[in-house]
Amino acid sequence: MNWTSPRFYVPALFLLALGLLPVYAMVASQPFYVTLFSRIMIFALAALGLNFILGYAGLVSFGHALYLGVGAYAVGILSFHGVGNGWLQLLAALVVGGLLALLIGAVVLRTSGMTFIMITLAFAQMGYFLVVSLKAYGGDDGLSIEQRSAFGLFDLNNHTVLYYAILFCLVAALWLFSRMVESRFGMVLRGVKSNERRMLALGFPTFRYKLVGYVVSAQVCVVAGFLLANLTKFASPSYMVWQVSGDLIVMAVLGGMGTLFGPVVGAVIFLMVEEVLSSVKPGWFPQIEEVLNRHWLALMGIFVIAIVLGFRKGIYGYVVEKSSKEAKA
Amino acid sequence: MPIELLFVQLLNGLQYGVLLFLLAAGLTLVFGIMNFVNLAHGSLYMMGAYFAAWAYNNPIFGIQSSFILAAIVGVLGSMVLGVLIERLVLFSLYDRDHLDQVLATFGLILVFNEVARFIWGPSSYYMEVPEQLSGTIKLFGIDYPSYRFMIIAVGLLVALGTYLLIQKTRIGMLIRAGASNATMVGALGINIKLLNTLLFGLGAGLAGVAGLMAGPILSVQPGMGEPILIVTLVVIVTGGIGSIRGAFFAALIVGVIDTIGRVFLPLLLANLVEKSLAQAAGPAIASMLIYLLMAGVLAFKPQGLFPVKHG
Repeated sequence: MNWTSPRFYVPALFLLALGLLPVYAMVASQPFYVTLFSRIMIFALAALGLNFILGYAGLVSFGHALYLGVGAYAVGILSFHGVGNGWLQLLAALVVGGLLALLIGAVVLRTSGMTFIMITLAFAQMGYFLVVSLKAYGGDDGLSIEQRSAFGLFDLNNHTVLYYAILFCLVAALWLFSRMVESRFGMVLRGVKSNERRMLALGFPTFRYKLVGYVVSAQVCVVAGFLLANLTKFASPSYMVWQVSGDLIVMAVLGGMGTLFGPVVGAVIFLMVEEVLSSVKPGWFPQIEEVLNRHWLALMGIFVIAIVLGFRKGIYGYVVEKSSKEAKA
Repeated sequence: MPIELLFVQLLNGLQYGVLLFLLAAGLTLVFGIMNFVNLAHGSLYMMGAYFAAWAYNNPIFGIQSSFILAAIVGVLGSMVLGVLIERLVLFSLYDRDHLDQVLATFGLILVFNEVARFIWGPSSYYMEVPEQLSGTIKLFGIDYPSYRFMIIAVGLLVALGTYLLIQKTRIGMLIRAGASNATMVGALGINIKLLNTLLFGLGAGLAGVAGLMAGPILSVQPGMGEPILIVTLVVIVTGGIGSIRGAFFAALIVGVIDTIGRVFLPLLLANLVEKSLAQAAGPAIASMLIYLLMAGVLAFKPQGLFPVKHG
């Protein structure tokens, strides 16, 4: 491991900062930061999961919000029926999410390109309408969760414990993906991205590899949804709305698609921008300020367009590439 | 099961299908030629509805509540808007991959929704059914709202017009040639960029027509374009991307299945299973029907019902 490479020190600094944040929040008596960054890390986890197939296998899934919803509703529905055990809830979420991803993956991976994008979007939308029509579980209004998942040893009702549980999941996912992309399996997926026909000619059953990749990526999002429901104590159809799938892609692209740590950087920046834009007080003219705060989504849209048109490699992707060029020179 | 109800719902399904076709036609044609997908197509539909409703509710040159005027403003407005965004933003995305196109047009949707919210406010904006069309019409002995009947008629006429334009005119010939090999058409001296801008304007105009006609029966509000856009994507994927014929048949099939499913599936289930379960499961399954249809079609024909052969 090269200590001076940004590949090492950027993630290390980021994770260190995330690890120390609750301490800072306590000292500065700003408990709000713990909740904010819990949410940011959950989306970072989901973006990380998406990036595994988006960045490494070149599969543009516009429907990963579906799996966030599966994780959230597993907590919501089980606790509604009095099952509060976190391990059971997590198991149920992963089993349902896995089967669903297997089924959907088997259909969507038969297509490619534009059709793939649209059909993943359509499946996510199907899940959205399904929960909206489930009146027994709150339908449109969502389902509030009485009790956070009970894990016995540690208590998620303590915000700091929940924060570190989320951080642990994030680090675990980073470790998992860092091993996976270097493995034979990951190499095959990356081969599929650059030339699928050639991989087929080499004798790799690419469909199976893509399917496994799709399921793994979906499962990470299921875990993120599980954590999100625990953070908000709420399972809402709005987690599965199609803009969320779009946001996840933007996070991955903003940070740097196909880089290991990029999605985390992207999620942090994207959600910070969102936070700032929706509550900014520049102190110019009160009228402008009011318009800005009410219509900040428009600025978000312009921000997204600007990233796509002008900064395609992503922030972390740019830093890493620049340093590796300098190393070669 | 009363047969009249079935007939009325069939007509409603047809009317929904026709609206879907108006949206799908523009989307699928642009995709066919430029290999470009525009998620902001739903926003053009929304803006068309707003323009029309605005023109209907406010006096222009002293004329108020004129549906014809609303139609002109709505359709022209969305056409101009379509051409503008094509020239300003989208043309630079033609050479990019699909991911970039999807993201940039996703950004456009956010912008348009906020623009609509800024100008017309967050709540629904109403446009009433014009007086001449507010009655009912007798169809085979059944009363059917004449406005909805007009939607079907206008939609089918526009579909016929589009068909004639594509199959029988010189422009249509160029569009078809562009769909099978855009580079070759460009090499033969045709201004393919101009052709595409024209096509984009046409698609935006059709979206405007859909928005205009949907205005009085649905509520005109920010974000109204997205749900119908996603169903439109289902339509063009089911029909075969780039195929206008596929878009037409898939739109009608999707429209009818969705409408009939929502009405009759809960009734049907009530006969089979216990009432409480039927009430819960009926709407849930009905809302998933069209996606299941799409999945079924793609499982057997990944290219859609009417695949387009690219030369």
